[in-house]
Amino acid sequence: MRIAFTSTGKSWDSIIDSRFGRTEYIVIFDEETKTLELVDNSAVKNEAHGAGTATAQKMYEVKPDVLITGNGPGETAATALKNLNMKIYVDAHNLTLEQAYESYRNGALKEI
Amino acid sequence: MIKKENLKIAIASGKGGTGKTLLSTNLAAFLSERESTLLVDLDVEEPNDSLFIKGNLIRKTEQHKMIPQWDESKCTLCGECTKNCKFHAVVQMGKFIAVFKELCHSCYACSELCPAKALPMHPYKMGETAEYSYNNLKLIESRLMIGEEQAVPLIHKTHKLVEENFSNSIFQLFDCPPGTSCPVIAATENADFVILVTEPTPFGLHDLKLAVETMRKLHKPIGVVINRSGIGNDDVENYCKTEQIDILTKIPFDKNIASCYSKGELVYNKLESVKHSLNEILDSLKNKIPCQSLQGFETLKGI
Amino acid sequence: MKEIVVLSGKGGTGKTSITASLAVLAGSEAVVADCDVDAANMHLLMQPDFAVASQFYSGELAEINQNICTQCGLCSNVCRFDAIPFQNNKYTVNPLACEGCGYCQKVCPTEAISMKKRKSGYVYISNTKVNSTMVHARLDIGAENSGKLVAKVKSKAKELAEHQNKYFVIVDGSPGIGCPVVSSLSGASYVVLVTEPTVSGLHDLERIYSVIKRFRIKAGCIINKHDINPQKTEEIIEFLNRENIVHLVSIPYDIAFTEAMTQAKTIVETSSRISQKLIDAWNKIKEEAAKN
Repeated sequence: MRIAFTSTGKSWDSIIDSRFGRTEYIVIFDEETKTLELVDNSAVKNEAHGAGTATAQKMYEVKPDVLITGNGPGETAATALKNLNMKIYVDAHNLTLEQAYESYRNGALKEI
Repeated sequence: MIKKENLKIAIASGKGGTGKTLLSTNLAAFLSERESTLLVDLDVEEPNDSLFIKGNLIRKTEQHKMIPQWDESKCTLCGECTKNCKFHAVVQMGKFIAVFKELCHSCYACSELCPAKALPMHPYKMGETAEYSYNNLKLIESRLMIGEEQAVPLIHKTHKLVEENFSNSIFQLFDCPPGTSCPVIAATENADFVILVTEPTPFGLHDLKLAVETMRKLHKPIGVVINRSGIGNDDVENYCKTEQIDILTKIPFDKNIASCYSKGELVYNKLESVKHSLNEILDSLKNKIPCQSLQGFETLKGI
Repeated sequence: MKEIVVLSGKGGTGKTSITASLAVLAGSEAVVADCDVDAANMHLLMQPDFAVASQFYSGELAEINQNICTQCGLCSNVCRFDAIPFQNNKYTVNPLACEGCGYCQKVCPTEAISMKKRKSGYVYISNTKVNSTMVHARLDIGAENSGKLVAKVKSKAKELAEHQNKYFVIVDGSPGIGCPVVSSLSGASYVVLVTEPTVSGLHDLERIYSVIKRFRIKAGCIINKHDINPQKTEEIIEFLNRENIVHLVSIPYDIAFTEAMTQAKTIVETSSRISQKLIDAWNKIKEEAAKN
């Protein structure tokens, strides 16, 4: 499965970005190949409106199976992503991506 | 002579906190002692007038904006809607069309240009308008829902409601939001005259200049009220004189005004200085606006 | 790096004066962002030098080429904003009403309408009197305050803070609860709420707080002019306790604020007794923001 994280940095020990729309990076962990893929979301940061829209669209392009984040996408984006059969987990605030992944595996994160 | 049935006065300012609400509520109550008066609170993000005009609630009306709703059964996933929306409010993601309500400007482009008619427009609640009655004074307050970001559609709806239902009020006062951007433009739309409230400080002066520039662009006749007169400096007064803008009155700084205001009380019946200022405003307006209703209005003297 | 956003809900509580004071106290530890872009005031106290100015574009404006226009009126019919009136025997776009949706362009049979990028204002990068960098802006009259300019100011401030290795970004936020405020809040580490003990102040504080709650950002509150109504001050403190908002400090009403302003100074640059209150507040803010 491919797991996407909203991340403040580029590596496995970066901290989860609490935001969805204006997240710095989207880091995708492929469970099979155990590799990390990086998507830079910085172009979206400058948007006043539509940051959530733009990031949701990026998620659509990238198509992970699971999204792990902090606050979670707003209602509309969440519905759109769930329509793509994406599972969304929230409340991974202040954890490293590695810790967040562990929490997800242990069922400690909340699914929305 | 303007043979109007009513007189529309907008009360605006560049800077927040100068005393728009203080003036709007007290002037409205003062005028209503003689003629039917309407006060409209268009500061829809933070409406405060109802804290001071404690009238009876007559009615609450939900206000809606129209937004597209996706009809999956008709959609051919052609993607035209995504191309047509300039606000990123309608976005196709694979087999799903997402509509981002807060971003929608209700232009109807996606809906009317959809070849399959799969995005019909539906009403979506963005605010509420409440009507209160207090003797001869009616208060219309519009309030934007928390989470809604656009003030302008609600302001327009409120103007429409006033036009349709309250045109028989002789005096119509519009308490505007602060600033100079589009909510203020929308709020002062139909005004015959705009009163700009300021304070005699550097912030007051800076923002007054912006407000004056805005009103001149809209070709609105203006007058200035200097609130908290006595503090700060003379720069605002000098600016008005240089620009030949009438100072309708100066309300002197008085901690008692702040005290009454803090409790949600009207102040003109308690402080002679404020009543005097309201009379001065009335006198100035009489000379400025050849309106029948205004000419016949006797200035109120004494407490 | 911590982003501290100062908000009030209601205008006139002293938000900008207080934000400027915090910026002066932070000195060169912070980058300052004036996001109160509709009638910005902070520069009157910070004395920025307007070193770099760049034009800001937001949205689009429709333009009709009268040479190609056949005056069929379709554009005017489809426009929901009454932005294309028929005046002086032609159809022209009213820039104050046009929202840049582009519907008119799509229906014009002769392609006489083009959408042009709309110039909405300026962004400035300055050096302040306390030798810190300040990012500020000017929004043009009648421009849409969509929050995009706010976002631009903030993101520039953050970029500069990272580049200069500054620990704080101090943001003067906008009044109200609409898009500019939401834009100021995004990415904030800590919110400072400035209020006053009046019915309006408390009413607006509650409204702005319900917006902040959605963002799950920690907040602290400064009660300004607390002595004009001690009872209301108590009510505010109760509200703060209920909502777990830290009560940072209460400041008494003091004409010294205005006197300082007329000399283009923040209160902390004078010998006023108020200065110590703001120093205490700033220390508490730093402590609270670090806790995250």
